[in-house]
Amino acid sequence: MTSPVAGPADFVTFPGAVRPTRHHWVDSYGVHIAVCEWGASENPPLFLVHGGSDFAGTFDVFAPLLAAAGWRVIAWDHRGHGDSDHAALYSWDADVRDALSVLDAITPDPVPVIAHSKGGGMMLQLAETLPLRMSKLVVIDGLPSPDPHPDVSDHEQRRFSSKNLAAWLDHRRNAAANFRKPGTLEELAKRRKRMNPRLSDEWLLYLASIGARKDADGWRWKLDPAIRFGGFGPWRPDWSLERLKTMTVPLLGLTATVEEEMGWGTNHKALEPYLPPGGRLVSFENTGHFIHIEHPRRVADMVLDFLA
Amino acid sequence: MTVFVAHNQVKLALHTLREGDGPSLLLLHALGEHSPGAVPAEFEAWPGRIFALDFTGHGASTVPGGGGYTAEVLMGDADSALWMTGPATVAGRGLGAYIALLIAGGRPELVRGAILLDGPGLAGGGDRPGPLNIRGVPGRSTTPDPFALVELSSDLRPPDYVTRFAELAALNSGLDPAIAVCGKSRPDWLKAVAATEGVREMELAEALRAFAGARL
Repeated sequence: MTSPVAGPADFVTFPGAVRPTRHHWVDSYGVHIAVCEWGASENPPLFLVHGGSDFAGTFDVFAPLLAAAGWRVIAWDHRGHGDSDHAALYSWDADVRDALSVLDAITPDPVPVIAHSKGGGMMLQLAETLPLRMSKLVVIDGLPSPDPHPDVSDHEQRRFSSKNLAAWLDHRRNAAANFRKPGTLEELAKRRKRMNPRLSDEWLLYLASIGARKDADGWRWKLDPAIRFGGFGPWRPDWSLERLKTMTVPLLGLTATVEEEMGWGTNHKALEPYLPPGGRLVSFENTGHFIHIEHPRRVADMVLDFLA
Repeated sequence: MTVFVAHNQVKLALHTLREGDGPSLLLLHALGEHSPGAVPAEFEAWPGRIFALDFTGHGASTVPGGGGYTAEVLMGDADSALWMTGPATVAGRGLGAYIALLIAGGRPELVRGAILLDGPGLAGGGDRPGPLNIRGVPGRSTTPDPFALVELSSDLRPPDYVTRFAELAALNSGLDPAIAVCGKSRPDWLKAVAATEGVREMELAEALRAFAGARL
């Protein structure tokens, strides 16, 4: 367990970015989950869920906008991400279980949740399993799609080849000895740019400053090197679509229109028949996977209106 | 003799049940079980070395905190063992049979035939999601890990997914058969696998003879 980062490196700032005002830990069956909060603790709780390979600090601009509107905004780093424990095992179900541990640590009452990317898929599972635990759900580019999702690790992508199966096994075989490549903050930001080409250099530099740790030989992303982008597994997109159709939690879905490597690839039109009663989809023109980072004010206003 | 093999943060116990020359046999136990302490009678006829692996959360291997078990991660366990043993015939009971199938598809150059036998955990969680259980279970530091019992008894095995591993084993191992189904139970996934080209239903003794002589 590492100490949560209290603030960004003092030489990196980003307009509108505010580090969380509180940090604490939740023990999820032996895995320590780093939780952070923006806004007054007496305000009603609102949960933010990050996507695969991300961390709670990616909400540093978006969350303060919600906190300023009177919410106690709570986010956490998934196991192996950000400041949470690097775990021996990772799975979709374990991530959902950890999410419930965080919710349970804050309140037993139904709560609104905003989830991005893989976090959206996780929260759909939670909403199906414990529908009375969630009052409303906003999914930002994370609704299911008939196409496989590139950042869904160990869960989907059933059409694997012998080559990528062997590559996955090679990665597992070396996981105990793997380290993330060190570099300057600028180098880390540049690497991240390959995955998030639409995000500004300034934002990515800021992200590196809060998502990396400084070692003697340079900065490294905190993300557990055992976690690998992509993967495979038996899950079928059809099952997620069926799950979506029967969901009883009020849903607002935001979808991107520009495909990116980390994008969810949601087909807006194909998804409409699967929306639950009252569910609403909003498509963002000329926008990539990180809708809330490209348009923080617009998304915050839309979400606040939905939650009102 | 037991050695420990690292798989991410887990130390896997790999037991040598029989030293010697000749082809290697790797035994994979069933769900909730652990490796046998000696060569089981049904494998006595094997002409070479015999190893047995304790999966993560089982036997003498590490019990990790917070669960997160998947059959695919256990395939990684088997791969870590093969890294130590070298090419081997892999014989699995129950859950171990399913893992034997996966690793036969994942490492066809290392698996010199997979033998699938009955045992706990053979059925898995079926071919589509049922009622979900996302709450955890009380943790314990001794094996078998309760998380393993819960999570690995509900892992999904849709036929088109599992048969892909059988197809890869048949296509890339150079063996015929590549996989021997030697148990009596036939959950849906195993029915589909048994009907795949390169998979044959046979008695264990016959499978052992076939794979012991299958040297490339």
